[in-house]
Amino acid sequence: MSKQENGRYPTEGNSITGDSLDNVQGGFTRRDMMRTLLAGSLMTVGSASLLSASGSAMALPPKRGGKMRIATQNSSTADTLDPAKTAHSTDYTRAHMFYNGLTKLDGKLGPQMVLAEEMLTTDATLWTVKLRKGVLFHDGKPFTPADVVYSLMRHKDPATASKVKVLADQIESVKATGANEVQIKLTSANADLPVILATAQFLIIRDGTTNFTMPNGTGAFKCKEFTPGVRTIAVRNENYWKSGLPYLDEVELFGIPDEAARVNALLSGDVHWINDVNARSTGRVKSTAGYTVMETKSGLYTDLVIRQDVAPGNSQDFTLGMKYLMDREQIKTAAFRGFAVTANDQPIDPTNRFYFAGLPQRPYDPDKAKFHLQKAGVLGSTIPLVASVAATGSVDMGVLMQQSAQKIGLKLDLKRVPADGYWANQWMKVPLGFGNINPRPSADILLTQFFKSDAQWNESGWKNAQFDQLVVAARGETDFGKRKQMYADLQTLVHEKGGIGIPVFITNLEGISTKVKGIDAIPLGAFMNYTCAEYVWMDA
Amino acid sequence: MNGMVLRLILRRLALAALTLLLVSAGVFFITNLLPGDAAQAALGQAATPETVAALRLQYGLDLPGPLRYARWLGHLLSGNPGISLVNNVPVAQMIGGRLPASLMLAAVTAAVSVPLALALGITSAMYRGSAFDRVVNVSAVSLVSVPEFLVATVAVMIFAVKLRWLSALSHSSDAATLGAFIKSYAMPVMTLCCVIVAQMTRMTRAAVIDQLRSSYAEMALLKGVRRTRIVLRHALPNAIGPIANAVALSLSYLLGGVIIVESIFNYPGIATLMIDAVTTRDMPLVQACSMIFCAGYLLLVLTADVLAIVSNPRLKTR
Repeated sequence: MSKQENGRYPTEGNSITGDSLDNVQGGFTRRDMMRTLLAGSLMTVGSASLLSASGSAMALPPKRGGKMRIATQNSSTADTLDPAKTAHSTDYTRAHMFYNGLTKLDGKLGPQMVLAEEMLTTDATLWTVKLRKGVLFHDGKPFTPADVVYSLMRHKDPATASKVKVLADQIESVKATGANEVQIKLTSANADLPVILATAQFLIIRDGTTNFTMPNGTGAFKCKEFTPGVRTIAVRNENYWKSGLPYLDEVELFGIPDEAARVNALLSGDVHWINDVNARSTGRVKSTAGYTVMETKSGLYTDLVIRQDVAPGNSQDFTLGMKYLMDREQIKTAAFRGFAVTANDQPIDPTNRFYFAGLPQRPYDPDKAKFHLQKAGVLGSTIPLVASVAATGSVDMGVLMQQSAQKIGLKLDLKRVPADGYWANQWMKVPLGFGNINPRPSADILLTQFFKSDAQWNESGWKNAQFDQLVVAARGETDFGKRKQMYADLQTLVHEKGGIGIPVFITNLEGISTKVKGIDAIPLGAFMNYTCAEYVWMDA
Repeated sequence: MNGMVLRLILRRLALAALTLLLVSAGVFFITNLLPGDAAQAALGQAATPETVAALRLQYGLDLPGPLRYARWLGHLLSGNPGISLVNNVPVAQMIGGRLPASLMLAAVTAAVSVPLALALGITSAMYRGSAFDRVVNVSAVSLVSVPEFLVATVAVMIFAVKLRWLSALSHSSDAATLGAFIKSYAMPVMTLCCVIVAQMTRMTRAAVIDQLRSSYAEMALLKGVRRTRIVLRHALPNAIGPIANAVALSLSYLLGGVIIVESIFNYPGIATLMIDAVTTRDMPLVQACSMIFCAGYLLLVLTADVLAIVSNPRLKTR
């Protein structure tokens, strides 16, 4: 079951349309998103609020007004207001203040309707999208199908340099089919389209927009100031189509790249919310009155990448031996101070609705590792392992693996390389190295972009025809039960045969002032998957 | 004889111009040696051969290096450092927004540190060997040895986090009133001053002592001239050259120190702009910033040299 956002918020209770509220209050129109087929397929589970200190966010009626200051971990002159070019948390958070998407994601990464009222399909290839009426852009122009056509189709043009061109390539055409309706035709079936359209790059801009010095969206805030690499100041959009939202008068957003400086800025009261808090700093934040650490379990992982097309990784035994050599519990406590969840060499994490809990956990087993590495004939030789701070925690993981390897007579030569240029020059190019993969909104995107034989980011160069067919079949499968089973099989395949080792899923850590209320974590990105400005309020 | 001074100064200027030219070639070709280019950096993990090629074409990165250098230099000489590759804004406009902020920081630091350092240096030279002199010396040496990121971090911990007197961030645009100005500049300026004052004090002290050891100072002393008068009237005019040199060198150090201070206090100046430019491989911006830093350094050293020439008594005869 799924429900739409209808913009009518009850006066009591909080503003976030978590499904848990449905059962308590009613007051939301429930409707099947895809009448004919997805009914019952999208699980409704209460949103996972993980606020450690303030507990329930629903205790108080929200207050209007106030200014919130957010500091992110990166901001540069490359900051942009063009959704297609957004590249990191600062960009996403900024874009979500000014623009709306057709859909958004809830706490279980299920899609919720925003500018779309419903999305209908029978074959997951041809989609009819009913659009919301009475929505205005900041410049006063009404929102129409033409805006959707323009916003989606521009990603296909290489000149746009869109970050999601690979995803947009499966969109064959977008046509206006009525006053409030568009039809999206895909090149092949994909039941996840509503999930894909919730990513920041697919936010809706006005038809024909080419100049992005100032944003013109339908979002909850208007832009008062935007200086790339310095700051963004957003002020309330008085004509916002969701009545009662946003609560905040003003939001200031800027980057503080230095982690220690970011934590200091939070604890000195200069900012209210920071992301990317190092596990080392959690104690300091928690022990300061008026601040709390929000832990969000997510699909973020740093993985050991074993290239399958060169020695030593071209031996199946070497790959398996390296997976047994990872002391997951030690990596969890030593490299991530316990802020991680044990993983099982496959990329779909427990917060995902397609997570396969029945997959037996691969243990740390030096004897098995020794057996396989002996068979691969590498014991006694020296193998270079490349790590960098660019891949979070990889240097620590490398050191731990080096020690485990030493015990069984394998020498790993740990090479620390600079973060600058790591993704262009080292990642996926060295026989043994590390990658770092941000959470993706759907299982299909993860598997398609990182594991399919023809994937551009197939980190280990792993090729498996059976896997490829199953990915495509699961993508178009509209029966939830069948689909879940397919994803279970896919996870088993990667776990057994894939060329990467995933020891843990890293918990997302954010530092927040307790003055900020109404927070619900979304296990995908920081700042409530970058949408917090619209929903939170300040308890001055 | 003034012709001689003029010739010397002109030669210095010519040398500086030549240095800048060599630096420009160095900057241009070294920045091109950085791994990855703007097209790759802009796309990050999302780089596919086809999108990278499209961006390269858009940026004009497909032309050979020497040709791009010649073009760039031509534009630079006509006062146009080009367009940022990353967000298509003229480089001049981006720098124009940030340079005043950095200059402001440097100016405030100089205004605080130079008088302080000169006063300390001269007095400790006058009373050399005294307890005061020893205290100044020891604290100067210890301050020089502490890296400024440590000074800055400790200052933030004490004054911003614990005492909440000052802000952990420094936004020049928020400094509307005098109170806000002090609040926002106090810590960055204090951090920068720590190192600079110490350096300048020691160099000033050495220069003045040098003059006080000379025979003419001894002669004045034997004639019964008061100590203060000897320093201010006899020694100081002769020490101006070395002192100016010391001040210029210390201030040129600001150009480097400002990078660390700007990133710790999140101060939107030209140093943070340059760091951004390097990470995003925005070459026109990196090159323009490098040239500004080099020009700033040369200008300070040049000023020191010119002051030394002008104040050289041997060139002032007749």
